[in-house]
Amino acid sequence: MTLDEKQQEIIDEFAIYDDWMDKYEYIIELGKELPIISDENKTDDKLIEGCQSRVWLHTDVVDGKMSFTADSDAIITKGIIGLLIRVLNNEDPKEVATAELRFIDEIGLHEHLSPTRSNGLASMVKKLKLSAIAATS
Amino acid sequence: MIRDDISIPFDVQKIREDFPTLLRSVNGKDLVYFDNGATSQKPQVVIDAINDYYTNNNSNIHRGVHFLSQLATSQYEEARKIIQEYINAPLSEEVLFTKGTTDSINLVASSLGELFSEGDEIIISAMEHHSNIVPWQMLCERKGCILKVIPISESGELKMDEFDRLLSNKTKLVSVTHISNTLGTINPIEEIIKKTHAAGGYVMIDGAQSVQHIPVDVQALDCDFFAFSGHKVFGPTGVGILYGKKEILDQMPPYQGGGDMIAKVTFEKTTYNELPHKFEAGTPNISGGICLGTAISYLSEMDLSAIHAHEMELAAYAEEKLLQFEGMRIVGTAQRKTSVVSFVVDGIHPFDVGTLLDKQGIAVRTGHHCTQPLMDFYQIPGTIRASFAFYNTKEEIDVFIKALERSLNMLR
Ligand SMILES: Cc1ncc(COP(=O)(O)O)c(C=O)c1O
Repeated sequence: MTLDEKQQEIIDEFAIYDDWMDKYEYIIELGKELPIISDENKTDDKLIEGCQSRVWLHTDVVDGKMSFTADSDAIITKGIIGLLIRVLNNEDPKEVATAELRFIDEIGLHEHLSPTRSNGLASMVKKLKLSAIAATS
Repeated sequence: MIRDDISIPFDVQKIREDFPTLLRSVNGKDLVYFDNGATSQKPQVVIDAINDYYTNNNSNIHRGVHFLSQLATSQYEEARKIIQEYINAPLSEEVLFTKGTTDSINLVASSLGELFSEGDEIIISAMEHHSNIVPWQMLCERKGCILKVIPISESGELKMDEFDRLLSNKTKLVSVTHISNTLGTINPIEEIIKKTHAAGGYVMIDGAQSVQHIPVDVQALDCDFFAFSGHKVFGPTGVGILYGKKEILDQMPPYQGGGDMIAKVTFEKTTYNELPHKFEAGTPNISGGICLGTAISYLSEMDLSAIHAHEMELAAYAEEKLLQFEGMRIVGTAQRKTSVVSFVVDGIHPFDVGTLLDKQGIAVRTGHHCTQPLMDFYQIPGTIRASFAFYNTKEEIDVFIKALERSLNMLR
């Protein structure tokens, strides 16, 4: 599946929910299910301080593909991280660096990626992309 | 403070009609606005006054001989008098227009601070808003002063015996909040003011959370400075007040230089204008000042003791309902409190709760509320804070409690 097909898959999954609370129910379930970072990577140098919630991000390149793990102390933030990772993991660095994350807008979660939300997600995406750019050079 | 005794019976439904924002919906739900500690909604009279100013009376003040300038000037100065009367300041020139509480505190830190020297001590408390911490830290860095902090108890009350120990003849200034924005604690400022004066220091009171809830009489308090923000007292944003005693303001150097604050400018020497203009450089927020006057007039027509009783009833009702949830902890349980209810729930991040409440039309504040040292004291990342105003109702609390229950069930 291409990066964009993965985005479309998520958009389709969310299309069945017309109620906000149902959408969040789903995101929270994702957040609960995912043990997305190992404790040895949950260190202060991996920490992105948001004003409200905190995010840990660990990036790697495995066999030429980007590999991310991340976590947050807030479960909604964690669920959204799960979605981002599903889209961006195992992709070429170049793809990740230039990826347009349209699914976030389309499922109505753009507010979470706004820098003013101060949940650390906007900085996380920035760092993620920077690490992909670094891996292309 | 002298108030008319013709108190109007407290009718919350009638009052709500004055606040158009309360009628809107959010995310398809009727708005429940419990973020009054951050800012208050505006009554229609204030909205109309803003509109009227820009529609009919807009002009620069203190400068023109023409009709509109005179009109705007007299409205602006009339607003100053309304505010003077409301806080019972002896003189209108002791009431300075600023941008808000933050600006008022910075004014005192910059200007009064110029008179401080190395080794002088400034006392604040552990529950201060960042805007009553950082300006003093900056002053300490600039002047070599020493910042001391009154600790608090687990319930969120100042440890007054510790305050007694910190206070000395080195204390130049004590700057404390009247009411904590995070905990709702009403501090014993009368005692602080008396003791500080006896030790020879000045007292500044951060009144950002008090003027809208309890009567404030700066003469009875005998504080040297008192600051508050327009937007938290049903007025516009970008305007606030600094009350200061004339004999102290007269000794202080100007804060900013520019137009309006001068008596005469030459390249050799400039002389400064009298109070209040000495501290009001440049074209001020004219509409803001005038309409803050409107907001204070609106507030002064209400019966503050009835407001207080209603708000306390709301807070007690909310706390009682909240405590029925498992793992609930109210943060801030002082004996004397206003209508602020801050809480945390075991194992649940405040941000998640705030997000889910928002989707159900409920506006609360989550996070550290600009009081990070206080969060460190309680060792929590933040709280969920519901802060009530007189226009809130028990029915809204019921809606909030239901929405909270749903949110917690989803998150657990
Ligand atoms: C206790 C306290 N002090 C100061 C401030 C700062 O007020 P402003 O941002 O209006 O300057 C606030 C506002 O949240 C406050 O609650």
